[in-house]
Amino acid sequence: MKPAPFAYERARSLDHAIELISGAEDARLLAGGQSLIATLNMRLSRPQLLVDLNRVPGLDRIVMRDGKVEIGALIRYAQAERSAEITTRAPLIAKALPFIGHPAIRNRGTIGGSIAFGDPAAELPACFVALDAEAVIAGPSGSRVVKADTFYRGLFESALTPREVLTAIRVPAATGETRTGFAEFARRHGDYAMAGLAATARANGKALADIRLVFFGVGTMPVRARGAEAALANGDIEAAARALATDLNPPGDVQATSAVKRQLASVLLKRVAAELMGAGLEARS
Amino acid sequence: MSERFHDIVLTVNGEQVRERVDARKTLVDFLREDLSLTGSHVGCEHGVCGACTVRVDGVVVRGCLMLAVQCDGARVETIEGVSDQGEITDLQSAFETRNALQCGYCTPGMLLTAQELLAGGGVPSREAIRAHLSGNYCRCTGYHAIVDAVEAVAQSRAGGRR
Repeated sequence: MKPAPFAYERARSLDHAIELISGAEDARLLAGGQSLIATLNMRLSRPQLLVDLNRVPGLDRIVMRDGKVEIGALIRYAQAERSAEITTRAPLIAKALPFIGHPAIRNRGTIGGSIAFGDPAAELPACFVALDAEAVIAGPSGSRVVKADTFYRGLFESALTPREVLTAIRVPAATGETRTGFAEFARRHGDYAMAGLAATARANGKALADIRLVFFGVGTMPVRARGAEAALANGDIEAAARALATDLNPPGDVQATSAVKRQLASVLLKRVAAELMGAGLEARS
Repeated sequence: MSERFHDIVLTVNGEQVRERVDARKTLVDFLREDLSLTGSHVGCEHGVCGACTVRVDGVVVRGCLMLAVQCDGARVETIEGVSDQGEITDLQSAFETRNALQCGYCTPGMLLTAQELLAGGGVPSREAIRAHLSGNYCRCTGYHAIVDAVEAVAQSRAGGRR
């Protein structure tokens, strides 16, 4: 299908973008457009105005600041894949990137777009929560920072208001003790996952501490599996897998039933737990 | 204030183009309908099939997931231009030799996507070729012949083995 008519405006600056979205009844921000334009084509979304962020200066940088990697919202997946900073300081994101879409999608899609759109089956929102990262948000009354744990509020709902722009995310830089794990199941490489898991932890001697297990494709937003996290902190992978029975309540969708998603989540957990503990190869089934 | 119609100036296959476009027109529709460059195909119109693949500023993109109005000032290349330039003559002939196409609907997108992988140099593994082409659907060939063709070109460009 073709999109319904809309007006288009290219934002010259962040302030200009905020002014444009504040002045319109039903405006949408356009970043990489790899989700938004598909929804426009299908007429699932019919905004009056598209505000194009792509030429706003200053949103396409990756910088280290106060022990955190700050990733500009307009950094495209393909750029992030080539970034030495992300490979070394944000290894979880580096692991997730090759699973996002296909090369042509990764050439356009942006980090900020994925976080702001918040598709519950997408990789980066789950990584964002697993990393205990922060969203840097600009609005009419200045800028604010929102922690990942309170950023997502429901299906495609986040702390962002219609008059705000996500400008960057801040990810705690990895240290020698940082452990990360990532796995997903998709029918075709690059498609949205039927279920996926992004995880971080800190190596504490032979045990894992500060474990964050965040599933995607199993709910209305990224889902932390707190029972499994506690079991894994005790080193008990089987108990962690059992805990998913209460941690997760995945609704079935066109790709998989609830029961299939539960089974996949359990397999993912075992693989990722092994990866966190440093035995990824042995755990592959 | 905010308008539906915009004047754009861009380069398409090396030639400057000036057009007035409706903001809702996708890049692939603009190329096909306004410029009669029908080598880029329209399949799913939501970024899944890869038939609309074109290059913008040197990288492959989905022509259905970019708006023509966004391409003001951009350098766009389609299969027509890349083919005429001779950049992928070897790849095209490998596709023909190995029967890597039947109906040809996916072929322009397949060629441009494969060329981006090959331009990176070296001889990618068959798994890497498959992963790179995963966003381009072919409903005729079953992909084996396409992977064969891309692999053969990678090998011949890397030093003429085989």
